Amino acid sequence: MGVEVNKDLCTGCKNSSEPVCVKYCPGDLLMIDDEGKAAIRSMEDCWDCMVCVKLCPHKALETKLPYQLADYKARLVPEIYRSKIIWKTEDIEGQCEVFELQTKTEDSA
Amino acid sequence: MGISETKIESIETDLLIIGGGTSGCLAAVKAREKAPDLDVLILEKAHIERSGCLAAGMNAINAYINPGETPESFVEYVRKDALGLIREDLVLSMAQRLNEVVQDVESWGLPIKKDEDGNYVSRGRWNIKINGEALKPIIASRVKEAGVNVLNRVVVTNYLMSEDNEVIGAIGFGVRDGKCYVVRAGATIIATGGTAGLYKPNNDGSAHHKIWYSPFNTGGGYAMGIRAGAEMTSFEMRFIALRIKDIVAPTGTLALGFGATQVNSLGERFMQDKFADMGAEGAPTPIRVYGPTREVKEGRGPVFMDTTHLTDEEVKELKASYLNMYPDLILYWAANNFDPGKEPIEIEGTEPYLVGGHAQAGYWINTRRETTLKGLYAAGDVAGGAPYKFVSGCWAEGVIAAENAVEYIKNKQESKSEQSDLTKKLWDEYNRIYAPLEREKGVKPREMEERLQKVMDEYAGGVSRYYEMNERELKLALKNIKRLQEQIEFLKADNLHELMNCHEVVDRIDVAEVLVNHLLYRRETRWPAYQTRTDYPGRDDQEWLKFVNSRREQDGVKMLEKSYEKLVK
Ligand SMILES: Cc1cc2nc3c(=O)[nH]c(=O)nc-3n(C[C@H](O)[C@H](O)[C@H](O)COP(=O)(O)OP(=O)(O)OC[C@H]3O[C@@H](n4cnc5c(N)ncnc54)[C@H](O)[C@@H]3O)c2cc1C
Ligand code: SF4
Ligand code: SF4
Repeated sequence: MGVEVNKDLCTGCKNSSEPVCVKYCPGDLLMIDDEGKAAIRSMEDCWDCMVCVKLCPHKALETKLPYQLADYKARLVPEIYRSKIIWKTEDIEGQCEVFELQTKTEDSA
Repeated sequence: MGISETKIESIETDLLIIGGGTSGCLAAVKAREKAPDLDVLILEKAHIERSGCLAAGMNAINAYINPGETPESFVEYVRKDALGLIREDLVLSMAQRLNEVVQDVESWGLPIKKDEDGNYVSRGRWNIKINGEALKPIIASRVKEAGVNVLNRVVVTNYLMSEDNEVIGAIGFGVRDGKCYVVRAGATIIATGGTAGLYKPNNDGSAHHKIWYSPFNTGGGYAMGIRAGAEMTSFEMRFIALRIKDIVAPTGTLALGFGATQVNSLGERFMQDKFADMGAEGAPTPIRVYGPTREVKEGRGPVFMDTTHLTDEEVKELKASYLNMYPDLILYWAANNFDPGKEPIEIEGTEPYLVGGHAQAGYWINTRRETTLKGLYAAGDVAGGAPYKFVSGCWAEGVIAAENAVEYIKNKQESKSEQSDLTKKLWDEYNRIYAPLEREKGVKPREMEERLQKVMDEYAGGVSRYYEMNERELKLALKNIKRLQEQIEFLKADNLHELMNCHEVVDRIDVAEVLVNHLLYRRETRWPAYQTRTDYPGRDDQEWLKFVNSRREQDGVKMLEKSYEKLVK
């Protein structure tokens, strides 16, 4: 289905020339709406690649799978660091799992 | 906004690369390394940091010559996997460069798993495991360091041609600024990837982009070549992927990384039972899609990959592996309370795509990766004749294309005269680009896309037809595609994003026309599922061990045949 914008957390990244979510979406699906917040043009056109979710500095975006495929309420939340990413999942019963994965070799990061 | 408000931006460069995906970026870096004084420009419709197939990351490099193997043994394997027909010269020259490009990318910062002896950890015969979540950003940084010029958010729509049919650049428009970009170049590399969105997808409506291949790779590169009269090959070898049902995530990780086997609803290991002579679970890739599709068609579905032997520890490892490449699968499992250690994973075939790096649809090229249009080179999923490229083969091709394009620029005589009617041609293209913005009423790109996908699904062997087709159906497909071509003049866009969507569907219609012509022409069934002709069910090596090629001319798509040459015993 796409990404849900938490309008309380989204700052609109007013100080940058282009917010990272808008800048990097491979499908050009994100834009800034009239209230100065991020908005997705069409939920159904999202590939669920999670690029915008990973890169938003204020964790204002969350991937929501299309309801035709997945039950409500589970979550998958990434946190990006210099050379690693931490993923937290929460299933529909509230069970959590955490994964920490290296993304770049130390000396290159 | 209207035409009058748009501006033209003219640019000159030595080497133009269209598409800043994985092969385009490698080509750009290589060109700058080989010729540091060369001006290299990438035009990318998204942003090279996260564009193309690598947006979400990768968890393996699927084409690598592991210890004990050789480029020749790779060719032998790929030939068998593609049921006897490949361009061995292309596959061999690519294979010879695989390990070198992988080491290059590793040195830029890609973490590759190693064993105690310092060897890469293999995952199957030709694969190695990586932590590739940041693979595209790592490559993009290297592009910046190498001094490549990049224009992001420019959608390229056609080539610029010289008087004697040489490609001398390209034209496109900015999705952000609305400008028309006219780029003149000494040589051009096309690297726009394959085509998704030709067929009705497995999921529709709110999930229509929940597909495996990037829905934003829409066949621009193929379509530009078709319109310019480039020779194309093997479009009839479509690519259909065997994927995890609903979420359409790759299954290679399950089979190669975690020893999962296919079972039907009766618990039968049908690949072992029915395809033992072709290699059972190791049968050629098309057969591994055909097998389960047939089980479902004949009432023994659903089909699964059995992962119930996995321990909790292994399940965790499996999930980590997917987070590096297809993270939404883990959300899908969490949302549906699914534990692959307890239940087998349901699988299905995807809708057909055209992907030259998995199957072999694409530009007809020589070993220098030169297309049949002078000055134009092709690399990656858009280049034909060499299946089994995957990410590393795309890198190798990008590098080879760059080396030869650089040579071409160096040896180039005085720049050729431009077409005398170039200005008129430019204005025609300019009008073609922006016309959908001018229309008050008409057809939205999404509507036209749905129509195309329905036609292709029903008459050209889509999911709903178990990938099967016959001559009568294909002719109906062609008739419908012709009608769609006439409807293009009604396409309407309200903004620049929709203008991009308009050109995406126009490109796919041009690609579909050529695809259906190829499917009609090959009167045998060489690659079951990828290409199943119910009216010609058998494989016929006597007559058809050859390439089907095509070139679009004034009066339609002209079909050509090219012979197969065996290089490796
Ligand atoms: C989900 C997924 C997972 C995969 N996992 C693996 C894996 O783990 N290991 C592996 O070896 N292989 C994997 N592959 C295969 C591999 O990613 C592809 O074969 C490879 O990325 C193709 O490279 P490319 O450069 O041809 O295309 P891409 O990398 O997709 O690049 C094409 C680029 O062209 C741009 N573009 C398209 N049209 C235009 C236009 N008109 N104008 C300007 N720019 C344009 C696109 O935005 C994109 O940036 C995977 C593929 C997918 C889809
Ligand atoms: S990056 Fe995050 S905070 Fe910034 S505009 Fe996008 S969603 Fe809002
Ligand atoms: S998940 Fe990917 S495709 Fe969807 S909006 Fe975010 S960046 Fe774009």
